[in-house]
Amino acid sequence: MKVKLIARISMALLTARLRQTIVAASGVTFSITMFISLLSFMGGLNDLLDNLILNRTPHVRLYNEVLPTRIQPIAGSTYYSGAYHFVRHVKPKNQLLEIRNSDAIIKALKKDPNVRGVAPKNMVPIFYNIGAIYLTGVINGIDVDAENKLFTFQDYVVEGKSSDLKNIPNSIILGIGAARKMLVQIGDNIQITTSSGERFPLKVVGFYQSGIEEADKVQSYTTLSTSQKILGKPVSYVTDIQIKLFDILMAPLLAKRYNSVFGAEAIDIQTANAQFNTGSSVRTLISYAVGITLLIVAGFGIYNILNMMIYEKMDSIAILKATGFSGRDVNAIFITIALTIGLVGGALGLIFGFGLSALIGEIPFNSSSLPTVKTYPINYNPKFYLIGAVFSIITTYLAGYFPSRKASRIDPVDIIRGK
Amino acid sequence: MEHKVIESIGISKSFHDPITVKVLSEISFSIQAGEFVSIVGKSGCGKSTLLYILSTMDSNYEGKLYLDGMNMENKVDRERARVRNEKIGFVFQFHYLLNEFNNLQNVMLPGLKLGKFAADKVEHDAYEKLKILGIEDAALKYPNQLSGGQKQRVAIARALINEPLIIMGDEPTGNLDKKNSDNVFNIFKELAEEYHQSLLIVTHDMDFAANTQRTITMEDGKIISHG
Repeated sequence: MKVKLIARISMALLTARLRQTIVAASGVTFSITMFISLLSFMGGLNDLLDNLILNRTPHVRLYNEVLPTRIQPIAGSTYYSGAYHFVRHVKPKNQLLEIRNSDAIIKALKKDPNVRGVAPKNMVPIFYNIGAIYLTGVINGIDVDAENKLFTFQDYVVEGKSSDLKNIPNSIILGIGAARKMLVQIGDNIQITTSSGERFPLKVVGFYQSGIEEADKVQSYTTLSTSQKILGKPVSYVTDIQIKLFDILMAPLLAKRYNSVFGAEAIDIQTANAQFNTGSSVRTLISYAVGITLLIVAGFGIYNILNMMIYEKMDSIAILKATGFSGRDVNAIFITIALTIGLVGGALGLIFGFGLSALIGEIPFNSSSLPTVKTYPINYNPKFYLIGAVFSIITTYLAGYFPSRKASRIDPVDIIRGK
Repeated sequence: MEHKVIESIGISKSFHDPITVKVLSEISFSIQAGEFVSIVGKSGCGKSTLLYILSTMDSNYEGKLYLDGMNMENKVDRERARVRNEKIGFVFQFHYLLNEFNNLQNVMLPGLKLGKFAADKVEHDAYEKLKILGIEDAALKYPNQLSGGQKQRVAIARALINEPLIIMGDEPTGNLDKKNSDNVFNIFKELAEEYHQSLLIVTHDMDFAANTQRTITMEDGKIISHG
């Protein structure tokens, strides 16, 4: 009953100054619209740029590095135990980059509840033969299914199909840069030379474009078994184990654990790609700052209009108080006015914001380095809408708070005597 | 049995800005139920100040005030608002109707605030009050469509809506011509005689005061005659 009465009086005052009310509400609408579109666009862009690297980077990578033994033989001598050891003569031994016992490691990883997926990989340094020239390159022997599932490999195969790699023996998907240099087409055969000097023919079944040009000139893909064949190694030979986790933030911790458990080097994504996190968090921060600034400006608009309304409606406030409305009721009336402006303006802002970001999402955006992107990227994260809604209510409440308090403290005697 | 609707015991008030001026000193009087009382005095004698203290709108004074036997001391804003809403009807020099609402709604507002009756009952009552004052035709018009005298009658209807203990008026005829002001006086008289409504009217119109049942005369913040 009381709420209804206060709402009714608020609405009467609102509609009495309809034009100002609309101006105030459109201020909120505009700022929320811009806030939503800005964050959606910036979010989309961030995701795009991050995914350029992060999508194709394992959260944890296990590998072996050529290193000298950590404990040099002289350290084992009790005779020199108190002395400073500067004799370091034992060089790295001729050991393979192979991860020892890879089958067992993969099996153990697949059982780990933190792990979303595991993809083994062989990195094979080779030369592409183009007539008389040898071009350095790297062939990645991959498990095509795991690679598709974890690293959306197929998205970056611009011509041909990734599944052909499995179906056609001794096949290769060439980096687009390397393919252009070699003037090859799908179906052609190329020759490669391994580091130990052996030649190997491969059939081209597709082209790969990552968007990172330097990588596309060098990288090519083949199946795990073909890469083992090229090297002349048994089927257990794996140089890299790529791990994707459910929670990327666990990567540093798990990398350390895997390093000690499996005895292989382990590097986490945060260490390997620190700059990307920094870049996107700064961009997000800037968009939030701009969006919130817009909202605060809209808040000042509401503050002004309410103040004006209170001066104009001084008499009405006085008589309401004289006839038994308390300061709290008057306060509630003006807060209701402010919140109505905020809610209506904010709701329209959310709708227009969605519309504007959908419109931006339709604008064509073609970039040779981003083969999968055809239009501007938009991130329709409900979080942005939630923040927009909450902020529009908070700012309008604050904008209404001080004028309302002023209205509630109006002394009816002053107004009535002043006449 | 006699029933005191208002009792004031030794009410004093001073303004301190820019220098301390005592505007009311030791005002003691009471009004019985059903009485039609006027307060007269020269302008600046403190009669309006007294009225605002009696109406609970001004709580900054010394002395004791009883409304319907209830001590008004140490009541917070919300409690005083409730008392005004329930027990006091106001008529001012200016009508103070809200232009955003029609006349019927203006009359209904204090009734809806009281919340004692459902909205349709309040609406019915409001219409009845307008009928008593002979302006039921204007019920659905807006205040700015009425003449000054009609507006003042709507304001009186608004004062009546919660069946108040007392109606207080601050120069209710001050803004009206002779004909309309006679009209308003007759309404007050009718309310007092037929409905036994208690009334306390501040005025400087001696003709008006002379026709009330009792006239309290004030000078320099003191009552010089209880009538």
